[in-house]
Amino acid sequence: MTNASLGTLKVEIWRGAEEGDFETFEVPSQPSQTVLDLVTYVQRKLDPSLAYRFACRVGVCGSCAMTVNGTPRWTCRTHVQKVASSGRVRIEPLRNLPILKDLATDMAPFFDKGQEALGRFVPSDARASEVATIPPDDPKRKEANAAIECIGCGVCYSACDVVSWQPDYLGPAALNRAWTLVNDVRDGDRQGHLKAVAEDAGCHACHGHQNCVEHCPVGLNPTRSIAGLKRLVVMAALKGEL
Amino acid sequence: MRNHASYRAFLVHRLSGLGLALFLPIHLIVLGLAVEASALDGFLRWSELPLVKAAETILVVLLALHMFGGLRLLAIELLPWSDRQKNWIGWAAAASLAVGAGFVIRTFA
Repeated sequence: MTNASLGTLKVEIWRGAEEGDFETFEVPSQPSQTVLDLVTYVQRKLDPSLAYRFACRVGVCGSCAMTVNGTPRWTCRTHVQKVASSGRVRIEPLRNLPILKDLATDMAPFFDKGQEALGRFVPSDARASEVATIPPDDPKRKEANAAIECIGCGVCYSACDVVSWQPDYLGPAALNRAWTLVNDVRDGDRQGHLKAVAEDAGCHACHGHQNCVEHCPVGLNPTRSIAGLKRLVVMAALKGEL
Repeated sequence: MRNHASYRAFLVHRLSGLGLALFLPIHLIVLGLAVEASALDGFLRWSELPLVKAAETILVVLLALHMFGGLRLLAIELLPWSDRQKNWIGWAAAASLAVGAGFVIRTFA
């Protein structure tokens, strides 16, 4: 890897909280540079007061998600070359979340909705019981597996227009998590999960835009999960179980 | 962020629905004219004008787009998931245009 500069990029970064403005920095362009590299350069070399969040830098933790040129992305996995337009990159915090400072958002509403959707495993058996045997080709396990890899980065939540229109909407990630649990035969409160997502702000609020599918950095399909929940909720309602 | 087929399908469905909602009161007023034969005849003569027929074609396409788009949504939400659901957007658009073309042929041929 060479350190030779390939000119400079104009990097517009959101400064402030809900009220604020963009500040433009000039950052040397480098080969294979990521958007997180740009932010790091600004914070280390140009303005140490810049607030942003990151941890692993290699696309595992999901904490560096930001809005880059209007699109929510993991900045560590986004090459500048891919997104820069006429040598400019605009970096904002994730949409649909309160801004703490600069590029750092308050993720609490996002995680709270995971709880509102009862997105946690409810044990059905005692701790000392035998480990449940679930064949990998079990259809329900396959459904759960297809949605299980969510790491809660908030990119789908930020991309979702329904969240911006209806702020109490649980959002793609929380509903996707609920879908994995209703398909988990070990879970002890399937009906509770369905009740939690059957509310006005639950699965039926989804318009099927599929922004979540388009933007999920790990390639999940929350729309599929939400459609599955809609079917189960309708069936449960018809059976009088809700 | 919204530059993909599913979002465009949503927009078309929503805008065609709004167009149809605007048309509905006009449709009901015309139905109301049927009480008085001369008024209805006058309207029917006006509706034979080519420009009105062209507008009617747009209406038929909007109706078809809304119907086929709605069927697509019902299929997504009520049937087991299919990864071919994106193709359905194309099929819905093609079917709507075919309905519109059929209307044009029937009206102007």
